[in-house]
Amino acid sequence: MFKKLFIIAIVAGFAVLLWSYLRHYSERTTLNDLSTYYVDNTAHEIGAANVVTAIVVTYRGFDTLGEVTILFVSASLIAMFLKSMGKEKSRNARPASLILVTAQKLLFPLILLFGVYIFINGHLTPGGGFQGGSVIATGFLLWLMANPEGHVPQNLLNTIESISGFGYVAAGLFGLILGLGFLDNRFMGLGTLGHLFSAGVIPVIYSFIGLKVGAELSNVLHHLNEIQNEE
Amino acid sequence: MNISILFALILAIIIVTMAIAVLVVKKIKTAVLVSGVVSLLASIVYLLLASPDVAMTEAAIGSGLTTIIFFYVLNKMRSSDV
Repeated sequence: MFKKLFIIAIVAGFAVLLWSYLRHYSERTTLNDLSTYYVDNTAHEIGAANVVTAIVVTYRGFDTLGEVTILFVSASLIAMFLKSMGKEKSRNARPASLILVTAQKLLFPLILLFGVYIFINGHLTPGGGFQGGSVIATGFLLWLMANPEGHVPQNLLNTIESISGFGYVAAGLFGLILGLGFLDNRFMGLGTLGHLFSAGVIPVIYSFIGLKVGAELSNVLHHLNEIQNEE
Repeated sequence: MNISILFALILAIIIVTMAIAVLVVKKIKTAVLVSGVVSLLASIVYLLLASPDVAMTEAAIGSGLTTIIFFYVLNKMRSSDV
């Protein structure tokens, strides 16, 4: 009874908060100062056609490095806790249905290609490393559901993850040495706005992030699939 | 009223209804599936609100990976607990 009253009180508090926000809400018709700065200066400072990417990778690049670190730590902890204990027993899983297996053969390469497309074009179109990486992990999930007992090249995944993480930090340090600051993208030449090879080091960094996120999430899914076999 | 805002409002009402259904529903499998559908509809709302990056992440992680991870863990709990 007391617990329910408590929950109702909290929900009512949220309602009051949202109501006071809604009462004074009016749609902005102009950009605020910070947004105006980004919109005016991204094209000639960063050279990326996608302003969001310019903010995420360069203006706020340090935050992105933190996000990647958080994902890396959580994936490592999952790998540590879910390490298979060796006493594997065969699950005798039902073979996946013919429709799933056939569709997976067709869709798996296409989904991987789409993920790569998203992160390579991150500086031109919406999307980027995190989005592309999670799309790749979704494709891997489809593969895992079609072949639950299949062999996963775990060494390859770990190698990709390590090299991409190292490459990301190395690109940031190159910015510090050759450019103006850590994760500065201008040391590689900005190119023409809107072309694939433009925006300095942003496509390289986003490719590293995409590969790293894809490999990490695939590794997490592989570990979760592996412990299903245990006693 | 703009037509896309109307569409977003209808979607928002469906999302709230489904989110309440997640709490009420008895079978845990149904609850997981319905929460996946909530994420999928939320990604459409993000697209209508002009943030395609967030919509992509929500569709891939919220409705794809999280749902399956829930099922993996539920399967594991059932086989080891009982």
